[in-house]
Amino acid sequence: MNGFSGILRRELRLALAGGGDMLTLVLFFVITGALVPFAVGPDRELLARIAPGIVWIAAFLAMLMGLDRLLRPDREDGTLALYRLADLPLSAILAAKVIVHWLTSALPLILAAPFLALILGMDPQTFWRTLLSLLLGTPALAAFGTFGAAVTVAIRRGGLLAPILIAPLCVPVLIFGVGAISPLGGPDQAGAALLLLAALSLMACALSPFAAAFAIDWGEE
Amino acid sequence: MTIDTTPKMRWWDRLAHPGQFLAWTGYLVWPLIILTALLFALGLYFAFFNSPADYQMGDTVRIMYVHVPSAWLSQFVYGAMAVSALGTLVWRHPMADVSMKAAAPLGAAFTAMALFTGSMWGRPTWGTFWEWDGRMTSTLVLLFIYLGIIALWRAFDDQLRAARVIAVFTLVGAVNVPIIKFSVDWWSTLHQPASVFRADGPTMPPSLLIPLFIMFFAFTFLFITLQVVTMRTEVRRRRVITLERKAARETGA
Repeated sequence: MNGFSGILRRELRLALAGGGDMLTLVLFFVITGALVPFAVGPDRELLARIAPGIVWIAAFLAMLMGLDRLLRPDREDGTLALYRLADLPLSAILAAKVIVHWLTSALPLILAAPFLALILGMDPQTFWRTLLSLLLGTPALAAFGTFGAAVTVAIRRGGLLAPILIAPLCVPVLIFGVGAISPLGGPDQAGAALLLLAALSLMACALSPFAAAFAIDWGEE
Repeated sequence: MTIDTTPKMRWWDRLAHPGQFLAWTGYLVWPLIILTALLFALGLYFAFFNSPADYQMGDTVRIMYVHVPSAWLSQFVYGAMAVSALGTLVWRHPMADVSMKAAAPLGAAFTAMALFTGSMWGRPTWGTFWEWDGRMTSTLVLLFIYLGIIALWRAFDDQLRAARVIAVFTLVGAVNVPIIKFSVDWWSTLHQPASVFRADGPTMPPSLLIPLFIMFFAFTFLFITLQVVTMRTEVRRRRVITLERKAARETGA
């Protein structure tokens, strides 16, 4: 457990030291959300109706954008090779990565979400539901994202490949995430969607470190 | 009493040798092609001339004989790919790599064909080319997954390494596909419910069902034929690459 917390601390310190990355991510999230009114027109009613979808798609894109920087620097400076030799299993190290990825790329977005909600004219109740669904759904995005980064880490010009691979797998997260806010079939459906979203996040967080570890191990030997 | 400890060569172990694979499948190619052609001739004859037109949809119902088998194959090919992925990861079978690589474009093609014929059928019957309904949407997502896998194959330089990484991705995708299907169904459904494979027997009249089954087999054999031919091509392509490298080494030395 000592090694695990050590890796957590190291990754967090690295992410916070390069604080510019986090700011860029938040800016990307806010700007993406703020661009939508320019595209669909300043119709307050329409914007309020689609606001949860806008917030979710902006968060989705922002989280997928950062994937290329998740494991590639570790591979380039040789840290990944050391990780593979460490006493701690690679899956545990990747679990730490998932946690840090969530803390540094999802949490800032959730903190910035109130601003988007304000300018999109969300009502308070919808806003709280949006926050809750982001809180429950983004761990799944972080877990899937880490897996995508692990699959593409051995490719020299990975670039956009990880987001393209992972986006289709994240469709359920998007569906239940937005379904938990603006219910299609009544309020009880929204509760069900929220529970399914939480289940998805738990499952993804539990399984993806192992899948990612397999992908890295077998891709490197 | 002595115990025989020499490892037995089972047939799939022999197939691991590319030369053996080419030799064995060489006998299969022509029979498979002839069988597929016969099945298609029979199935298309039934589909065009010997099955009734629907009283509502008219002759457009005949699109079904292409649409339903290709939709079935779009999922079957993913299953074949997942089994090959297990072969790569568990048994390290070289031909499983080749099979996985060969199946991806075929699966993408069948999925694209299912979507295309579906929208051609949807225009006259539903009045729209595209509807965001459950099955169409999950088929579209499946197509995206296939295309992602093809992009992944193209991105790797080393095909042996690529095979293992893609095998992991394929299996994760196989776990995800039912979840995607369920979530999309929950999201929206307009498509008709399952009507061929159901617990209480098919709800279609046999005059439509018989040609449909023949077309099922025709398409499945089409896939098997294409798969074998593509795998042979891939084996030969790898051999050519090896020979080219060897030639380059000799001219360089």
